[in-house]
Amino acid sequence: MSQTTAVHGEKISLLRVLGPAHVWALGVGIVLVGEYMGWNFAVGKGGMIAALIACWVAGLLYTCVAMIDSEVTSTVAAAGGQYAQAKHIVGPLMAFNVGLYLVFAYTMLEAANAITLGYLVQTVGTMAGFADVHDKPFIVLTIMFLAWLNYRGVYATLTVNLILTAIAFVAILILFAAVKPWSNELLNHQAMLNGLPYGWLGVIASLHFGLWYYLGIEGTCQAAEEVRSPARSLPLGTMTGIMTLLIAATMTWYVCSGLMPWEYLGQAVTPLFDAARLTNSMPLMVLLFVGTVFSTLASANGCINDASRAWFSMGRDRYLPTWFGAVHPKNRTPYRSIVFLVPVALVFAYFAPLDQVITFSILSGLLGYTYMSLNVILFRRKWPLGMIKRGYIHPFHPLPALVLLLLCSVTYFAVFLGYGTQLIAMLIFFVVASLWFHFHRYQYVRRGDQFTMQWPRPVGY
Amino acid sequence: MNSFQILEYAAWAISAVLGLYMLFDMIRIDRTYDEELLTSSREGDIEDTLVIDPPHQGGHK
Repeated sequence: MSQTTAVHGEKISLLRVLGPAHVWALGVGIVLVGEYMGWNFAVGKGGMIAALIACWVAGLLYTCVAMIDSEVTSTVAAAGGQYAQAKHIVGPLMAFNVGLYLVFAYTMLEAANAITLGYLVQTVGTMAGFADVHDKPFIVLTIMFLAWLNYRGVYATLTVNLILTAIAFVAILILFAAVKPWSNELLNHQAMLNGLPYGWLGVIASLHFGLWYYLGIEGTCQAAEEVRSPARSLPLGTMTGIMTLLIAATMTWYVCSGLMPWEYLGQAVTPLFDAARLTNSMPLMVLLFVGTVFSTLASANGCINDASRAWFSMGRDRYLPTWFGAVHPKNRTPYRSIVFLVPVALVFAYFAPLDQVITFSILSGLLGYTYMSLNVILFRRKWPLGMIKRGYIHPFHPLPALVLLLLCSVTYFAVFLGYGTQLIAMLIFFVVASLWFHFHRYQYVRRGDQFTMQWPRPVGY
Repeated sequence: MNSFQILEYAAWAISAVLGLYMLFDMIRIDRTYDEELLTSSREGDIEDTLVIDPPHQGGHK
């Protein structure tokens, strides 16, 4: 065979090599950094108790997300995850928007992780007594190294994520055991808990950062085209992922809220590392610092994986130029999408402030969750149970979808309280992008080719 | 120049090498393979027999 000629019938596809553990590593890996930093701004918004309520309310929101996602994605085994779901269940315009939500959410989160890693290295340099240390070289190195890893192959990428994530999770378990939660020797919740200093409005405001405990677990769907057994691996990896995060989030809140006053915790940069410092144990400090760095790396790594798959899928369907729909013939990765998103992440990591980058990521995620609640209601209505085979059936339908919709509405209000301008700017951006897609781009889409699932005709059509 | 500055230069250098590697490899692949083959992936295609496997898995070289 000549390498320059495509022989009739031969295709290059993404490589099916992943198992449930990789799916778990992808989902939890993206999120676990939120336990190491970020969630604690919820404490600043509404106090300790508000942060706990936010932790569990957001936990409920994401349990709904995980259940809904597990059911739908077990039938739509395609890269692009929620984008491919939207294409089949709602329609092209929704799919285009969902694809953009995904790319924005993950690329912004990747940039935020790179900024954080640069900050951590800079802090170490300053603590070691060096003058005039910079974070920029390490921000760029993080993005370039992880992009290179993703470029080389999905198996190595997500195996690295599995190791990094497992170590970061075990570090939280060890810290929890080390502070002896059964005694008051180190923890002092009675003195630290301060009720609701800003009342119930503070509770609602804290929901904004409560999302940080779990933001990104839905990213497991992006691996759909690269897992060996999508119908089994995706629900298994996603559901074990959300269980892991619920445990890690509650432990994190318990340890930190018993060690630090809320005035400090509410603005701390690395709360879990700070908690380890307060135990006066050097091994714990080293372990939690390593956990912080590893969780940040794992998150950025998973984000590159997910953003590139979403971008690749849109290119493959001609929603974007088909050039992006190419697969590397040896590495079997969407190499052009990976390379294209590198400068995008670099620009945001280099020039944008961290809180703005995080807020844009949260908003994109939130728009995606809102779509998911409507999507699953349409899915069950158009293809009721028994009509197509599902790898997982989520219970109590439509209750999870309605709860998800309600919690998303409350969280929009919470985000509006702190970042109203960004919320409106983002909505305007998506309206303009939708107009561009509808009036310009959609003419290039081969309408019949984009629907690939072998499903029966939906009810009512 | 202190050792942290050396680390910073090393970070810039490694970043440049990795970036150039991806860029040159992308150009090499684009020139070596037919565009039709590179963009032949289709959503929902899971028949392994139609798929080119990498050499270490017994596929085409």
